[in-house]
Amino acid sequence: MIRARYLPFVATVLIFVVAYALCALQFPNMLSFRVLGNLLTDNAFLGIAAVGMTFVILSGGIDLSMGSVIAFTSVFVAVLVRAGVHPALAFALALAVSTSFGALMGLTIHALKMPAFVVTLAGMFLARGAAFLISTDSVPISHDFLKQLKGIYIQLPDKGKLSFLAILMLLAFAVGVILAHRTRFGANVYALGGSEQSAELMGVPLRKTMIQLYAFSGFMAGLAGLAYTLYTSAGYSLATVGVELDAIAAVVVGGTLLTGGSGLVLGTLFGVLIQGLIQTYIVFDGTLSSWWTKIVIGMLLFAFIVLQRLILLVSERRAAIRASSGG
Amino acid sequence: MTHDALLSAQGIDKSFFGVKVLDGVDFSLRGGEIHALLGENGAGKSTLVKILTGAYRRDAGAMWLDGQEVEPRSVAEAQALGIGTVYQEVNLLDNLTVAENLYLGRQPRRMGMIDRRRMRGDAATLLARYGVGADPDETLAHYPVAVRQIIAIARAVDLSGKVLFLDEPTASLDAREVQALFTVLRQLRAQGLGIVIITHFLDQVYQIADRVTVLRNGRMVGSRAIAELPRRDLVAMMLGRELAEATAHRGSGATQPDTPAAFLFEGYGKRGSIAPFDLDIRPGEVVGIAGLLGSGRTETARLMFGIDRPDSGQAAVDGQPVTLHSPQDAIGHGFGMCPEERKTDGIVGDLSVRQNIVLALQASRGWARPIPRREADALAERYIKALDIRPPDPNRPIKFLSGGNQQKAILARWLATDPRLLILDEPTRGIDIGAHAEIINLIEKLREDGMALVVISSEIEELVAFSTRVIVLSDRHHVRELRGAEITAEAIVEAMAVPGDAA
Repeated sequence: MIRARYLPFVATVLIFVVAYALCALQFPNMLSFRVLGNLLTDNAFLGIAAVGMTFVILSGGIDLSMGSVIAFTSVFVAVLVRAGVHPALAFALALAVSTSFGALMGLTIHALKMPAFVVTLAGMFLARGAAFLISTDSVPISHDFLKQLKGIYIQLPDKGKLSFLAILMLLAFAVGVILAHRTRFGANVYALGGSEQSAELMGVPLRKTMIQLYAFSGFMAGLAGLAYTLYTSAGYSLATVGVELDAIAAVVVGGTLLTGGSGLVLGTLFGVLIQGLIQTYIVFDGTLSSWWTKIVIGMLLFAFIVLQRLILLVSERRAAIRASSGG
Repeated sequence: MTHDALLSAQGIDKSFFGVKVLDGVDFSLRGGEIHALLGENGAGKSTLVKILTGAYRRDAGAMWLDGQEVEPRSVAEAQALGIGTVYQEVNLLDNLTVAENLYLGRQPRRMGMIDRRRMRGDAATLLARYGVGADPDETLAHYPVAVRQIIAIARAVDLSGKVLFLDEPTASLDAREVQALFTVLRQLRAQGLGIVIITHFLDQVYQIADRVTVLRNGRMVGSRAIAELPRRDLVAMMLGRELAEATAHRGSGATQPDTPAAFLFEGYGKRGSIAPFDLDIRPGEVVGIAGLLGSGRTETARLMFGIDRPDSGQAAVDGQPVTLHSPQDAIGHGFGMCPEERKTDGIVGDLSVRQNIVLALQASRGWARPIPRREADALAERYIKALDIRPPDPNRPIKFLSGGNQQKAILARWLATDPRLLILDEPTRGIDIGAHAEIINLIEKLREDGMALVVISSEIEELVAFSTRVIVLSDRHHVRELRGAEITAEAIVEAMAVPGDAA
């Protein structure tokens, strides 16, 4: 018997497996390590951002600044590298900036008792504006260090590759899983998502957790920005508009409750892969408009929200029956 | 001061906005005893508990734990000292597992990582000691309130381990669950823990407590061993009346009219809320309902008005059986009700006095037939004049009126629907003396006009003054009906002390 809280995760994995099988029936070529490798590489920056978003949503919050922070990071790094700074140093600086930016948003949310929605909306405009301030043009970059990084890969069977970006994303998920389930920070995030008031009464340090949480989300947005820069070999302030919404969609389709408190980090990986799978299918088909991705994601999102509501209702009814039959 | 006590406090004062809610209260708890803290609404129980558990700071006084003077500045500090609390609404996290709830913030770790296996094992051992067979890995939402309550107690005792405060722990439990909880409490008492329990159920006090402390209006009335305190004396301590003095005058014409019963309830009840009762109400009489807090007064009213659904019995209006499953049903049969919580259930604060008055009439007509402005103005003017609502300004938002005038506006709302049966829950609570007399006059006038009224009140003299009959409730049972000359303050208090199951 699967516990009720794992049902959305199981549903996500099932949807991915069934959808992949259907795709492979129509286009047998899709069932290859090459396609799988590309699927991971192409969605690496979204996946990394979605790890951060999963924590924020688990806590009952939201981070709308992610897309802007990704764009800011990419422009910031590109301009620094163009100016002659070593990419490794530029990366470190970019991560420091995005992490502090997140921490500041977390502190603001706690100190002003403002909804995360409002604070991170302000953060979204701020980061986007800062990106424009640095450069309004697309800034191409090229450096030996970047080439070396992109040269790292793990060979898979039949010419498939697990690229550096794919490895980075999988690492991000591994760190996310450990943080969520094996640390007090993770337990506190789930507690916040259940009820902030109860969590506080049970001794969860609200201020500290909130700052850590949004700092983590900012760090992941920064890391996603670096992945995006590597992926496109350029920094552009108009890029990745709305990526935070794709990340939210991946988190919810991955089985995390949008109101917080329930979900698995690993589910988000499958949420990202489902989005990537639809895009791959459209590429293989060749005739479909790429907007079908959005339509299918929209329908899946809706289906998941309904599914979670149903699970909640059923378990409430069961609890009521248990309670009344006991008396 | 008895310094042999486990936890003691002396001369505790606390004011909110210049209003004194605790005035020189002393409290003393021994190890290995269950101590009930009693008092009617507004007596200061919750404030005292919040001070002793670190949630509030006291204005004056001192407290000792194990003979050491202590000053907890937060719940966490009190917990570290050994004072744990379980609140009425169980403050755990439904979305976490049982084990996570027990160990949140103090999870066992190995090499920096939470040791989930050990946490599960510890949780299972801990739960076994309390006789709870809950699966540590299941989410808490899976378990009924009774189990969550015991898990909350297990966490609190494990964290603090000297003193345990329980704020109305049995409010939402059924009889069997209460017994399971009491078994746990007796076990903890045997381990030497000091337990303070706040409850409104006197039968439970006599079942479980060793001593009681009674508060009234922010002062301590007394602290006694329960074995030496007859129930009648305890009720008198809580109500605080010199019974001999309470010879309120009876209103005139308060004899039962000869009309047939228009509203009849037979075997009407709801499990866990109020035991089945019979009640008939005639036009032109006031049925008073008396009882201590938690005796089932408001529950009776909610059931009659269709807010709660009964699970037994039937209702009839004019001899015809009716179903009252929603306030709308009840309004359709000519019922009206003014709830106890005026601020939350009665007024709509931002709407004007006029809008508040026409609200129920509009609801009964349906949204498709709005009341014309002229008619609304006329209604508002009529009732503002008839009930002397001050200031006589129909456009003023009702939240700016005094409590008494708000109450009159709510009465006007129901009178505008021309009800045949009006249920008033604590109509005179929290209003000034002048308005108080006016409301009582109004009740008498409505009765003379032939309306049937059910009035719930904590003011015994008031009930004596205007009731045709008085129903006395105790422990969620209707224990006694008093008529005519039987209605005296003494008789009511006497009946209130009858244990519910003895009726």
